[in-house]
Formats: sequence, C-alpha cells, structure tokens
Amino acid sequence: MRKNGFARHALIETLHTVQSAFGYLDDDSIRFVARSLRVPLSQAYGVVTFYHYFSLKPPGKHTITVCAGTACYIKGADKLVAVAEKRLGISQGQTTADGQISLMTARCVGACSRAPVVLSDGEVMGEVGEEQMLEQLERWAVE
Amino acid sequence: MTIEELEQIAKSVCQENDKYDFEVNVCMDLACMSQGADRLRDALVKAAEASGKNVLVRRTGCMGPCSSGPLVRVDPEEHLYHHVKDTNAEAIVKSLGGAPVPELQCDLNDHFDRQVRVVLENAGHIDPEKIDDYISRDGYKALLTALTEMTPSGVIHRITESGLRGRGGGGYPTGLKWGTVAKASGDLKYVVCNGDEGDPGAFMDRSVMEGDPHRVIEGMAIAAYAVGASKGFIYVRAEYPVAVARLTAALRDARRRGLLGNSICNTPFNFDVEIRLGAGAFVCGEETALLASIEGRRGTPKTRPPYPAVSGLWGKPTLLNNVETYANIAPIVRNGGKWFADMGSERSKGTKVFALTGKITNTGLVEVPMGIKLREIIEVIGGGVPGGHTFKAVQTGGPSGGCIPADMLDLGVSYDALMAVGSIMGSGGMIVMDDTSCMVNVAKFFVDFCRSESCGKCIPCRAGTAQMYTLLTRICAGSGTMEDLELLVSLCETIKETSLCGLGMTAPNPVLSTLKYFRNEYIEHIVHKRCPAGVCNIASVPVADSKEVLA
Repeated sequence: MRKNGFARHALIETLHTVQSAFGYLDDDSIRFVARSLRVPLSQAYGVVTFYHYFSLKPPGKHTITVCAGTACYIKGADKLVAVAEKRLGISQGQTTADGQISLMTARCVGACSRAPVVLSDGEVMGEVGEEQMLEQLERWAVE
Repeated sequence: MTIEELEQIAKSVCQENDKYDFEVNVCMDLACMSQGADRLRDALVKAAEASGKNVLVRRTGCMGPCSSGPLVRVDPEEHLYHHVKDTNAEAIVKSLGGAPVPELQCDLNDHFDRQVRVVLENAGHIDPEKIDDYISRDGYKALLTALTEMTPSGVIHRITESGLRGRGGGGYPTGLKWGTVAKASGDLKYVVCNGDEGDPGAFMDRSVMEGDPHRVIEGMAIAAYAVGASKGFIYVRAEYPVAVARLTAALRDARRRGLLGNSICNTPFNFDVEIRLGAGAFVCGEETALLASIEGRRGTPKTRPPYPAVSGLWGKPTLLNNVETYANIAPIVRNGGKWFADMGSERSKGTKVFALTGKITNTGLVEVPMGIKLREIIEVIGGGVPGGHTFKAVQTGGPSGGCIPADMLDLGVSYDALMAVGSIMGSGGMIVMDDTSCMVNVAKFFVDFCRSESCGKCIPCRAGTAQMYTLLTRICAGSGTMEDLELLVSLCETIKETSLCGLGMTAPNPVLSTLKYFRNEYIEHIVHKRCPAGVCNIASVPVADSKEVLA
C-alpha cells in the first residue's frame, strides 16, 4: 500500500498483494484494505467478487488448474476437467475435504500452442494427457 | 540521453557481440519453457564453457513455431534447431563452426518465407531483459527522433499516413484516434495500453510484452508526445506474471537510461508509465471497463459517448490502444508512413500477428501481411491439419468472432472481409478445427464463456447469454426443436442490437456464424438426434440407431 502511496485507485493492486501473501482474501483482510485505502467496504467487496482472480476461500496445499481457453477446449480440456473431478470427487473451483488438492480452471494462460495446458502448482505443463494428469494427482494424494 | 549516446550504446553492444564467434539463441517463451528450455539453456552455457569456444548463449522471446519447441537458433549461420533437449547441448556446441546437427535441423522454410515481421522483428533476436540489446536494434531511436525533429502533429500525420488501424479488434484508425485526443482540451491527459488479452486462444500480446517489452514502452512514449500526455498505464492480465515482471524491469531500465521520466532527451517532454494488474475479467478488454478497472473499481462498461478520447481516466482525455498497435508505432515513425502503407490490402495496412492454434501442425505465432489468403496461413504456414483429419472451420476473433468454413478459405484477411462473413479480426486468435469438433458444441462453449464473463450491467447480455446457453444445451443434448433454432436467431439479433458494450454486441457472433455455415449440424442434433462429430453426449439414441434413421 505504501508503494502505491495509499492511493484509492490502487485497490486492485493491493488486493493482489494480499492474495499472493495469504493465498486468499478473508473478511478481515478485505476490511483492513478498505479501511487503509479509505474506500467503502462495499466497493472493496464488490471488486473482490467481480474479478475471477480473487478467491474468498483458502486454497488446498496443491492446486491443479486446467486451462479452459478455446484452443485447450478444442483439444479436449473439458475431458481433463471431468476426469479430475471424478478422481478427486469434487467439482471445479473446490478443494478436497482434507485440504490437499484444489481443482481450478483458468480462462487462458496464453500457452495455447501447447494445448491442452494444465498448471500444476503454477508450473505449465503442455499437451497433457489424462494419464499424466492423474499421475500428478496420485503423487499429491499420497503425500 | 541523446541520439548520439544511443548510437554509442548500440555500437558498444555490437562490439561486445563481435567478441563472440557464435551466438546461440534459446527461445525462453512460455511454450518452450514448459518443455524444458531453462534446463536447456543451463546445459548450453555449461557445454560452451567446457568447449573453450567463444560462444554467447542468449535467452530470447518467442521465435514463432511453438509446436517445434524448445527452439534454438545458432547465429551467424542461422541454423534453426527444433525439439532440442538439454542432452543435445553438447552436440550443438560441438557443431559450431562446422556442419549443423542433422537430426535437430528444422525445415520450416515454407512457414517462415510467407511471413513479414514488423511487430515480431526483435523477438528471437534480443534478450528481453536487456535494454541495450533493444537499443542495438534501433530501439528508442524513433522516440528520440520524434522528440527532437518532429512536431506532435507531424507524428500524428505520419501515423495517419500509414493507415494503421487498432489491432485490438475494432480496427479504428489509429491516427484519427490520436488526433481526437490531441485536440481534446485539458492539461492532463493519459495514455493507456490495453494488455488485457482476454480472448482465450490468443497470446500474441503476451509474447510481445514478454519478448520485446521496450517496444511497447517506446510506442506509448511516442503516443504521449503526439497527444500531449505525461502519464501512462499498462493494464496487464494477472495471468501473465512473466509479462508483468519483464515490463517492470523494462520500465526500470528505461528510467535509468533517461528514456522515461522528466525532460527526456533534454526536451520539455515528461512521461512515465505505471503497470496496473487485471484480475481476470474478459469484459475489461472493453475500453470503458478497462479504465474503470484502472481506477480500482468493478470493470463495468459505460455508455459512449463520451468516448475515452474526450473523457476517460478520471474524466481526462485518454488514449487507449492495444499492445500490438503500440508495437507498430516505432517502426512507422522510423521508416515513414508510406513504408507501412505499402504493405497489406486496400483498407487494412501493414501486418498482423496471429496466434495459430488448435488442430494444426505448426502451432505458434505468425506475422503476415494483411490481405493474405486464409488458405495460405492454414495450409502453407500452418502446415495443414495433422493426423489425416479434414479441415472443418477456422475460428477468428475469440468469443466475439465467428467460424469460417472450408469453402471460404480463399478469403483475404482484412478487417472488412472478416466482418463481411460474420466474424471479426479480433485480437488475432486463429483456432483451427477439424472433423472431430462439433460446431454446436463450440458455439455452446463460447456462449458459456460470454455468459460467465458478462458483467451483468445490461439485461440483454446478462439474461440473453444465459438463455442462449439454455437453448444450446438443449440442442446438444438432443432435445431441441426446430422452433428453438428460430428462437435462437431472434434472441441473437436482440442481444446484438441492444447490448451496451462490445461483449454483448458480439456475443451472438459464434452462434450466428455456425448457424449460417453449419446449419446442417444443428439439424442433425435436433432431427436425427445425433452428433456428426461424436462430441455431444446424446444418450437416449445410440449412434448406430441414428445412422439407420438417416439411411
């Protein structure tokens, strides 16, 4: 916040910083940011819920993100999501009950030439097959 | 910083490079990185040290054909190697000065010969984190020339003369936009760069920001001089962390060199740029929504007019252009408007970068002159559809665009030609589909995307896309009726006519274009309850039965 001079228009920047430090945004942190930047809490909460990038729930220990861009879709990313959902017993956007793995979808990570793309803990894996993804999930599950 | 100092830097970089006998350029773009380009570079550095040869190993931005990655180019011989693994490093270093390594040689002459590189001219040749590399390839020369030798109106005149049109998709003449902002009254003006590449399936802006960040900054600085602005913002998606890091480093270096800041080149011109992060909202590619997001608010569009050129960021006149548009500015100022206008077609000048993806052999970035036939891009540059499948359609313009069928492949690519067939140029995503893609399902995918990305401010878009999605889901599930098709068309027309911003106005395009060119697929789903591509899950009627019905 200091970096941006406590400017009100740096709300999104500040929220990014908070999320990258804590992994998600809880009520306390949103309240704190809103008060510090002197923006109405409603505006801060509105911004958090408007943008997909902000999360109100804590993420799992590991995160698998399937890219849901068009190129990935054409090459079967929807099947990857279905397989992962079946394996983990959760639907996209959720975290397993033990807090180990979160399954997310991304709008497009810009690696379309290597579609379908899966991010495992932020690392880009291209031309991912079902087995490869399941292997990764198994590795995390036994940890 | 003066032009003489700039030339001095360029000269010293050349001298530095001349010390080396060979240059090994490693593509370190996202696609190549995901295939182990960083390990490869380390192996190359190690092998070069061990060999005792005078070798410079350089990381570069995207070289283009990502499907052949990781890519390595050896200069001065210009040998291009593909699918290079870190175990190949020694063989490559050993071959320097002799014959190239045969098993790694990449034969993509057809791919490269048809391309004209303006925006991507530096990508693959410079280290994106070294400002001196950029300066050695005439970087910032255009800015200093403009500042010392040209008037602001002279710059605008040159851009107008070039015929450059906005590369973000709308195709608004850039010179005209600059002129409007320059004429707008007010002592404080802003220059904004739209790097919110929301179109899923397009990544050329990311490649430009990551591979050649200084070019975007230089373009913005020239624009600021031309319109009389002193402050700039680059709005980048948070999904592109590398681009953010490269731009941050580039801004810092430019400030250190005195190319940004106060009294640039000892003239009264002041300009500085800040980075603003997006947070994952497609609608923020729309100009008024983007400006709202920069101000730290929800990204909802406003009615226009007033256009941002008159009243934009915090009510001040604001110039908003796309990354690729700014990347075109420096070469135009350097080489003149006529040089640019000589390329391309009648009403669309210059070149365009496309992200060629989907079911095609050579995926990656290509830059072609406007007016080139789609067939040439797909069959020659792209290498055709792999795996013995047949080409079905090419989708341009992302969720706002349409699908172009096989019999229209001889269309020359330009803003107007694509618009005429119900698609748009868009930011330049080009997704190839073969016979395994179901067009109804593709339309459903895009409508689903627009539905979840609709900001919810205006009703046609918020409710309309949801209804379109319901109808398409029904058709895909095999329970649609022919009346649904008519309903779909009239719904599309309503959304198109009455939505507030570009997202809503163009959301029906994928549906309308597939309905126009692939109506038989819709009918197959509805009447015969079968999906010709075998994508949709029509559970009630087994595929074998439906064939009998057909017979």
